[in-house]
Amino acid sequence: MGDVRLASDIGGTFTDLALERADGMGGYERWTAKVLTTPAAPEKGVLEGIRAVLAKAGMGPADVSLFIHGTTLATNAVIERKGARTALLTTEGFRDVLALGNESRYDQYDLNITLPQPLVPRRWRLPVPERLDNEGRVLLPLDTAAVREAVTFMKAEGIESLAIGFLHAFVNPTHERQAAEIVRDLWPELPVSLSSEVSPEMREWERFSTTAANAYVQPLMMGYLHRLRAGLSEAGFTCPLYLMLSGGGLTTLETAARFPIRLVESGPAGGAIFSAFVARQKGWDRVLSFDMGGTTAKVCLIDDFAPQTARTFEVARIGRFKKGSGLPLRIPVIEMVEIGAGGGSIASVDALGRIQVGPESAGADPGPACYGRGGAKPAVTDANLLLGRYDPDTFAGGAMTLHPDASAAAMESSLGPLGLEPAMAALGVVEVVDENMANAARVHAIESGKGYDGRAVIAFGGGGPVHGYRVAEKIGVNRLLVPSGAGVGSAIGFLRAPVGYEVVRSLYQRFRTFDTAAVNALLAEMSAEARRVVADAAFGAELVERRIAYMRYVGQGHEIAVELPVTALGDADVADVRAAYDREYAAFYDRPVPGSDVEILSFAVTVATAVEAPPPVAEVAAAPAPTPIRSLAVRDTAKGGVSDWPVYDRDAFAPGAAVPGPCIVVEAETSTLVGPGWTCTMDGLGYLELTR
Amino acid sequence: MSSSPDAQPRDALAAIQRQIQWNRLIAVVEEQAQIMIRTAFSTTVREAGDLSAGIFDLRGRMLAQAVTGTPGHVNSMMESVGHFLAKFPAETMKAGDHYITNDPWLGTGHLHDLTVVTPAFRNGQIVGLFANTAHVIDVGGLGMGPEGRSVFEEGLYIPIVKCFDQGKANETFFDILRAGTRTPAELEGDVYSLCACNDAGARRLVEMMDEFGMDSLDSLAESIFEASSRATLAEIAKLPRGEFSAQISSDGYEAPVTLRARMTVSEDHISVDYAGTSGLSGRGINVPAAYTRAYACFGIKCVVAPEVPNNWASLLPFRMEIPEGSILNAPRPYPVAVRHVVGQLLPDLMMGCLHQAVPDRVTAEGSSCLWNPPLRGGGQVSGANAELPDFEVITFNSGGTGARPTQDGLDGTAFPSGVRTMPVEATENVAPVIFWKKELRPGSGGAGRTRGGLGQVMEIGGKNDAEFAVNAIFDRVANPPKGRDGGGDGAPGWVGLTDGTLLRTKGFQVIPKGKRLLLKLPGGGGMGDPAGRDPALVARDEADGLV
Repeated sequence: MGDVRLASDIGGTFTDLALERADGMGGYERWTAKVLTTPAAPEKGVLEGIRAVLAKAGMGPADVSLFIHGTTLATNAVIERKGARTALLTTEGFRDVLALGNESRYDQYDLNITLPQPLVPRRWRLPVPERLDNEGRVLLPLDTAAVREAVTFMKAEGIESLAIGFLHAFVNPTHERQAAEIVRDLWPELPVSLSSEVSPEMREWERFSTTAANAYVQPLMMGYLHRLRAGLSEAGFTCPLYLMLSGGGLTTLETAARFPIRLVESGPAGGAIFSAFVARQKGWDRVLSFDMGGTTAKVCLIDDFAPQTARTFEVARIGRFKKGSGLPLRIPVIEMVEIGAGGGSIASVDALGRIQVGPESAGADPGPACYGRGGAKPAVTDANLLLGRYDPDTFAGGAMTLHPDASAAAMESSLGPLGLEPAMAALGVVEVVDENMANAARVHAIESGKGYDGRAVIAFGGGGPVHGYRVAEKIGVNRLLVPSGAGVGSAIGFLRAPVGYEVVRSLYQRFRTFDTAAVNALLAEMSAEARRVVADAAFGAELVERRIAYMRYVGQGHEIAVELPVTALGDADVADVRAAYDREYAAFYDRPVPGSDVEILSFAVTVATAVEAPPPVAEVAAAPAPTPIRSLAVRDTAKGGVSDWPVYDRDAFAPGAAVPGPCIVVEAETSTLVGPGWTCTMDGLGYLELTR
Repeated sequence: MSSSPDAQPRDALAAIQRQIQWNRLIAVVEEQAQIMIRTAFSTTVREAGDLSAGIFDLRGRMLAQAVTGTPGHVNSMMESVGHFLAKFPAETMKAGDHYITNDPWLGTGHLHDLTVVTPAFRNGQIVGLFANTAHVIDVGGLGMGPEGRSVFEEGLYIPIVKCFDQGKANETFFDILRAGTRTPAELEGDVYSLCACNDAGARRLVEMMDEFGMDSLDSLAESIFEASSRATLAEIAKLPRGEFSAQISSDGYEAPVTLRARMTVSEDHISVDYAGTSGLSGRGINVPAAYTRAYACFGIKCVVAPEVPNNWASLLPFRMEIPEGSILNAPRPYPVAVRHVVGQLLPDLMMGCLHQAVPDRVTAEGSSCLWNPPLRGGGQVSGANAELPDFEVITFNSGGTGARPTQDGLDGTAFPSGVRTMPVEATENVAPVIFWKKELRPGSGGAGRTRGGLGQVMEIGGKNDAEFAVNAIFDRVANPPKGRDGGGDGAPGWVGLTDGTLLRTKGFQVIPKGKRLLLKLPGGGGMGDPAGRDPALVARDEADGLV
């Protein structure tokens, strides 16, 4: 039967399945399925989807050699506040770290903002006497009697999960471990999360918040994962089960159950890995992944075939996607910018007569006005329809008839104050949403010290191929790719993810007083820890290790990641690393700063199985262009004029076939718009490549 | 295929494109601010966000300002650009020039704020100006505190000069700069950072002008000003006309200070007269007029037109009459280093007036002025007997904000300042101090239908309980935040030692060996009759030990 891999991605609305069989020549045969998510017992939807996709492929559970799973369950539990009754054992005098945050407001002018409430209410934040200093020395020993009292209180309160977070515990975890010991002795069933294990890095708010979130979702995730495993084995699966992590690697169920907070962004991570794989197939080393769905758009930079990663993330933002309005998590995560811009995003006019789009969304129900299900507010999909970009009778492969009259009426009633024809108002809506997405992409690049010269965009999701060319124009990109299988991109991404784990530790160093021995010892320990986690799941596959130092000029606040050699460092290596920092800094900000020493705040070690190189793509000879199936009168958003855009069926393209823009290439899940000045060619992989 | 639009769509398209360009301009200044945060050396900028950034036309009118940053710079930075242009007219500026000052009267009100202005060039033509302001950690002198008796004691005074001339660093300037500060590497690095972020803004502006084929910013500026003015005036027109008066008291330095305001809401503007406000202080709590205008405008704008972006036109309808010789219009060379202690009360004062016009849109008074303890130790404090290495550190901490009409005030949160605090773990890593306590102060929020935000309790010692010092700049100890509409006052602040010894609320004081500094930060005022409070919220606060 060969290597057969199965992946499932539980999203808010749909659970996506992808099944692949290696053809032995470096290629794959693939089957996909989509079923409704079953929120009450998500494993039901997964199992149902698995049956569906196996039936399509004519295979049985025993044929599957690996199952990879990702889920937004942990994220949803935090957003909907449906996690466990969680307590936090913390340093006396610091009961309110979670509530005080960074003492700031995420919106300067709004007097009525609401700040995110901590996951652990004050009554369950339990201070115990103990104190370490910044070097981990004990200033005040742990009061073990106070820990015992806390256990009695927690039992009385019906606590279901415990987080332990002490100041400076990332330097010296002894007090946290001691407290955990006592708790386990008295109450072995209570799940316990330690800040020194979940997120061992400086900054107490972020570390405690991450630890509390881990504890908050742990009982739920453990229960779910164990039910899923039981369901799978009942169904006859004997293959290993891996979980997708937010940082882009895979891990075992045991590790996932210990650190469930590392699963939060696994779905979007799958999308980014999908793009990274496509980039590798194409040999494109600088890419922007652009995923636009019904309510949000996500962009992610992919350099050298690896999605950009970060160590901080905010979950459950309450202030219209505003930075600072969510709960901070300090975990390895694929770095993405997400904004409230999707096909369902609603357009309105603000007090200044400016068109605003999103973040409110019409969702799937009632949906945009053109769905004819009672939606009365104009959405981005309505605007696209009014611009002539969709054929009302053949939308979504003919699954749905759209109502342009309803779109026009909605546009008129919401954007009437602008005094524009509905078609021009629609143009304004699409230009604004495209600009918003382009701005998000620009900001993401700036924050990463990257640019768009020579970069390509990989567009997917229902809206990515529709809006991709214009967003590309706005950020100055001349190459755009619409891969196939984009509708279940995250699940396919799971199939391409390496088994991997990242360990991060804080260890303060300055180059003028660099302690090579201490750094080498730490890195060796981190490497061993990561290898232990990965070994269980790697099955002897080749392992690749990366070491990173997070560095900055002494006195600065923002760190830059610099790659370290994967060996014990010698003096020459240290000098090389110092020089690499200056180069990286100058690449970000033009001028290096004279005379400053450089400091290292923390180190990261990632161990992962090697990513298999995709087979080389054969050059394809030019093939005849397909015949248009119809044409649409489309208004161009850059120039405002209306002209006839031919419409092609994607299935009618042979590899090597090319058509000039403006035109539209339709498929069941989306439409690829090829703007004026662009050319669309089908490549040897069956992907649509747009160039200008 | 024809694609020439007729006239109506062409005008419509132009209008839509102007909106896109406006959005882009706001994104450009936001980027400018973000780059400053990422490259700055001073914790005040990179951790606390005490900065601002904006783009100006050649007449010095602000087109857009980053929302990242703090209100104290709102239109003080805007006025500042006019001063730069008066000394260095736009037509004399060259590509690669950067101009700088920290003059409190030509900038944003104290020597710790550096303002840098940079011209943007496209095809050899000057097209606009970028400006930014940042609060740096040290400019020499007495350091951040109220003790100076004139501005000359407060630090290095930089008139408007060129720090980069056509891309080349002015080494004489940088020599003087480095010599005048306790932290030369950081201060020099900060100036580089301010210049780099203006450069980035200028680059983005040129890219945008290329993309849209714009030769100048003039027509975009006019449409931004027109829309902003129209929207601001529409909001003002919704207010009841009339005259509204309020006053507020500060603990002051040598004597209590009273701020008085008489606000007149007219059809097309709001004017505020500060007649009756206390006179000047002999110490650094005096406020230059530009800073008064900044915080007063911010306070009014939060209530009246929070959605309208800041620019020259949206700030124009707010007019200020500030009597000369009052503490809100300090002339040179009065000391002004900690002008925020008084200035940050202005939004509360403005809301005191607006409460009479739109009672359901304002908040009760809050803790308002930051409770930043500037800590110092080592030889500078203890001389030859010093047990600690030399250090200088400041954290940014806040009491509770005033209750809102429909929600409680925010606990331990900065308002009106837009700054953030830094982690205790980070502070303890840069200075030999131990924070023994930093948590909410139960019972400190003023009672009400909605209660005031809670203050905090902070207990700070030197490492090994060694001697150190605090340069106190605290307020609302004798004058707690007032409630409104029957709501109770917030708890007053308290400054002393853990053994009960009282300290002065302002000025340099030594914490002796074996003692610890204890700060109780004020709570916000409550709003409405406490009897009307939702019983569920009462029960929650009780269960959480907050009342």
